[in-house]
Amino acid sequence: MPAERLLPTTEAEDLLALTREIARAELAPLAAEYEEAERFPREQFRLLGRSGLLGLPYPEKWGGGELPYEVYLQVLEEIACAWMSVGVGLSVHTMSCYALIEYGTEEQRERWLPEMLGGDLLGAYALSESHAGSDAAALSTRAARDGDDFVVNGAKAWITHGGQADFYTTMVRTSDDGGRGISCLLVDAKTPGLSAAPPERKMGLTGSTTTQMIFEDARVPADRLLGAEGEGLKIALSSLASGRLGIAACAVGLAQAALDEAVAYASGRIQFGKSIIEFQGLEFMLADMAAAVESSRATYLEAARRRDRGLPFSRQASIAKLVATDAAMKVTTDAVQVLGGAGYTRDFPVERYMREAKVPQIFEGTNQIQRMVIARELRRS
Amino acid sequence: MPNIVVLVKQVPDTYSERKLAESDHTLDRDSADAVLDEINERAVEEALLLKEAQGGEVTVVSVGPDRATDAIRKALSMGADKAVHVSDEALRGSDVLQTAKVLAAAVGKVEGYDLVIAGNEASDGQAGAVPAILAELLGVPQLTHARKVELDGTTLKVERESEEGITRLEASLPAVVSVGEKINEPRYPSFKGIMAAKKKPVETLTVADLGIDAGEVGLGNAWTSVLEAAPKPPRTAGQRVTDEGDGGSKVAEYLVAQKLI
Ligand SMILES: Cc1cc2nc3c(=O)[nH]c(=O)nc-3n(C[C@H](O)[C@H](O)[C@H](O)COP(=O)(O)OP(=O)(O)OC[C@H]3O[C@@H](n4cnc5c(N)ncnc54)[C@H](O)[C@@H]3O)c2cc1C
Repeated sequence: MPAERLLPTTEAEDLLALTREIARAELAPLAAEYEEAERFPREQFRLLGRSGLLGLPYPEKWGGGELPYEVYLQVLEEIACAWMSVGVGLSVHTMSCYALIEYGTEEQRERWLPEMLGGDLLGAYALSESHAGSDAAALSTRAARDGDDFVVNGAKAWITHGGQADFYTTMVRTSDDGGRGISCLLVDAKTPGLSAAPPERKMGLTGSTTTQMIFEDARVPADRLLGAEGEGLKIALSSLASGRLGIAACAVGLAQAALDEAVAYASGRIQFGKSIIEFQGLEFMLADMAAAVESSRATYLEAARRRDRGLPFSRQASIAKLVATDAAMKVTTDAVQVLGGAGYTRDFPVERYMREAKVPQIFEGTNQIQRMVIARELRRS
Repeated sequence: MPNIVVLVKQVPDTYSERKLAESDHTLDRDSADAVLDEINERAVEEALLLKEAQGGEVTVVSVGPDRATDAIRKALSMGADKAVHVSDEALRGSDVLQTAKVLAAAVGKVEGYDLVIAGNEASDGQAGAVPAILAELLGVPQLTHARKVELDGTTLKVERESEEGITRLEASLPAVVSVGEKINEPRYPSFKGIMAAKKKPVETLTVADLGIDAGEVGLGNAWTSVLEAAPKPPRTAGQRVTDEGDGGSKVAEYLVAQKLI
């Protein structure tokens, strides 16, 4: 049963219809094959770009769709429902444009945003390093000022779209002053001295390339500094607050896909002379899965509406990310259970969904870190 | 610069389960998602390609209930310029003759049309007769089942594909063309197209606006009627042949028993 949505406008309804059409015809049929082959769906991102989906929440004057998060996130959910790697990629791309939108100068925005939102380019967001994951403020990739350039040395880790992206919104160390010594650079992928390490060999989300990005005396023009020097960590964290909403929406899409698959299988599979969906033990499991999907959706939408109204939303975003990604893990695991032995094979997509569901509990702040964010706000109140 | 009319129809999504109403065997429009028929997307695409190459204007014409506006908006968001929507309770259950008559009157509302493009057959009714009837009513040439369309000034050339082979047709404008599956790959609308569609004019007309008597259309006055309808029987399990060295002859025996060989 596809998600039933309450959308604010006819245009939003048409946009969701377009998204479902693209998801159904262009994404879903390729997902299993590409994931198996660990192949990055670059062409599919170009199609999303041509359709105007790579800049939905950003201002129209720079080529965005100027849509509320409430609508953008539901588009994202539908994409992730058809293909998680593409959903996550769309979310990461959107997040990678955030720093320039919110912290760039007018001149910087006019220069780069139309291309970044225009559909041809793909972005990446580079904060993590091998020794600085949850403790991102410990990052040590160094950018030293030299004339009109920053000379960057170090290695960013776990970069989604590493080696595939056209630009990297990169957090670097510009002074030793801990969290206040971090700055944000918009790095062009063609910068000499920047290279991608071989892709990580992951448990899931294998269509999405994840690599270290190595900076060796990479010269980044100083006019690519976003915000003030030392503002980088603040920029990074506020990007993540919005990014987490994206991950929550992707997790709901993934869980919905698993639920749909489980319901379809349970309706067709006969044991003891009945469809297995007629056994209460199984039916209640499916009901719990539906409840998890729909309550997660409601949770991210509530956070999105706060953001759209200009209200503080970081606690709600962390709650949405925590709730939706934990729910997706449970729902996808239960979907494997509903399919029995078939669910454990690669002939059905649910084992892949289960592998894909693990990583949203880890990236953009592990779910332990989300709890810290939530608890910190509780302490403050 | 051709002035092109494209006929579009809203149909139940072929991905969903499609049903007829039990009472009168008309389409149960609530049972399935309604979408712009894919063959009409190809018709719109062909019109847009002509317009992009030669200029002109593309008007979509649709006969259907109120909610057919969704299908019309889809055509507009792909890039058509404006629309005429004939919507009237009296039209419910109309057959191909009545529908073509209404379409002919609606096309007549588009001043100075040069070319009408339609899909060769809707995925719901599958009568495949409307384009030909329409051409007859308009008194213009019909170039049906096109897999390729070329327009040079007022000369229209079409390749028609049928089981017998390819026929090359030529006619002067104005004319009616119906296109088949192979004509093109329709574009997706873009978000910009969706936003632009909001501002494009849609003229909504009743049968009275077209000078047609409501008593001539609708289920009660149709020339044809559906007497009975039954869903396709579900596929049965079939017969399994296990190959124990004699699989080939067992299959052959089965086919002989079915009088297939
Ligand atoms: C597929 C994938 C894609 C990624 N994409 C990107 C990307 O595009 N850009 C980017 O910058 N990063 C990316 N990351 C990195 C990701 O954000 C980090 O992996 C994540 O922040 C966790 O860091 P870590 O792996 O170093 O784990 P660690 O920080 O070492 O954590 C290990 C464990 O300790 C727990 N832990 C740590 N600190 C605490 C604490 N204070 N209290 C309680 N528990 C704690 C964690 O929750 C976790 O369970 C990606 C990661 C993956 C796997």
